[in-house]
Amino acid sequence: MSTDGWVPACEAGAIEAEDVICVKVAGRAFAVYRSPENTFHATDPLCTHERAQLADGLVMGDVIECPKHNGRFNYKTGKAVRVPAKVRLGTYAVKVQAGTVFIKLTDE
Amino acid sequence: MRANTGRDYSLIGPNGRRAAEQGLVAAEWYHADVPRKRMKELMRRRDGPALRDTAIWLVLLVGSGVGGGVLWASWACVPFFVVYGVLYGSASDSRWHETGHGTAFRAAWLNDVLYQVASFMNMKEPTFWRWSHARHHTDTIIVGRDREIAAMRPPDLLKLIVNVVGLRDAYDTVLSVLRHAAGRLTAEELTFIPDSERRRVYREARAWLLVYAAVVALAVAVGSLLPLMYVGLPTLYGRWLATVFGVSQHAGLAEDVLDHRLNARTIHMNPVFRFLYWNMNYHVEHHMFPMVPYHALPALHAEVVHDMPRPYRSLLAAYREIVPTLWRQLRDPDHYARRDLPAGARPFRPEMHPAVFEA
Repeated sequence: MSTDGWVPACEAGAIEAEDVICVKVAGRAFAVYRSPENTFHATDPLCTHERAQLADGLVMGDVIECPKHNGRFNYKTGKAVRVPAKVRLGTYAVKVQAGTVFIKLTDE
Repeated sequence: MRANTGRDYSLIGPNGRRAAEQGLVAAEWYHADVPRKRMKELMRRRDGPALRDTAIWLVLLVGSGVGGGVLWASWACVPFFVVYGVLYGSASDSRWHETGHGTAFRAAWLNDVLYQVASFMNMKEPTFWRWSHARHHTDTIIVGRDREIAAMRPPDLLKLIVNVVGLRDAYDTVLSVLRHAAGRLTAEELTFIPDSERRRVYREARAWLLVYAAVVALAVAVGSLLPLMYVGLPTLYGRWLATVFGVSQHAGLAEDVLDHRLNARTIHMNPVFRFLYWNMNYHVEHHMFPMVPYHALPALHAEVVHDMPRPYRSLLAAYREIVPTLWRQLRDPDHYARRDLPAGARPFRPEMHPAVFEA
């Protein structure tokens, strides 16, 4: 990990617009999103309801839908916006430099 | 017939704890391999198909209702109310189900509006059943976890038969609406309805009571059964097709497995049934990928059919398996209908359910 907490996660081109992938960084997994406006975002990888992999879900605008029970989160804010998701999703700062997506790690 | 003790399906009994100890609770389930790009296409939400199908449904509902009302008090009204009843008391079940998943429409508010309407027609309390159904998808046919198991072992045939006209479900719903309107949940309900949703359950139950009270008052005021033929009774006299569809989904198949290919049925159906049922005949596919809208399930079926047990040719073919299986379960609750995976299909965690995979 770099001293300022930013770590490379994936190539920006690895994610299509309005899509999500799961990446592992420093032994931790993250869901990394590319919005329809080509901004990048990162959240915890698992739904807070029943811990399904969000990277298997569907991105619609600012929302990620869980593949298991169709609960939804705003992946930019982490807010749960549709039941059965009720608990906020952890979000992480992201930046893109030279075509690489970086995530700022925080203490778990 | 010899009585037997059967299994304990209570959500607060020993089998729920045993399922947790065995790793069957909130477990990872088998998924067929579908390329991500294709899956995104299949999951894509659209308003068009459900707007069209809802418009057709409502036009038929209003048309048959008007016909029944005009011809009320003569035998000629019967076929109109047969149609109205199926559209109200059976087709509402699939509308409730699909909008509950939030997949029918792209617009969330359209899902929410139709969910409330269809829940009422279907006599399924909206919030209560949303959480019940989430559990059904988490722990499908896991004994002690899933409260939506239609045919338990041994099956209660009387309950299944009276439910053809929705009597058992209606009885249970009346009791639960009264209980919820009084601000109470059972110990079982407390296991799957979170604290934050309970007030909503109570509010909805009270609103339903007001609506039903108004319809009964109207019937009394006009001195006719006709208002109840439109609201309330069609959930009974039109329920039969939803029951026939619903029982076909899982009845008689394996319990306590983590592979929907083994505990759910995909059944080929005619276009009329598929319209009324919103393609839930593709039930293995729906459970495997619940974020795929009903209108994309035939395409999903084509993607994964090579990895699935052979689909049933018809509803009749499914019942040719279900009826003898349930009959035998009266004497032998351990019996079930085993689904064979096609050659080359990948078995999933056979150690979790060896009896299914033994030769």
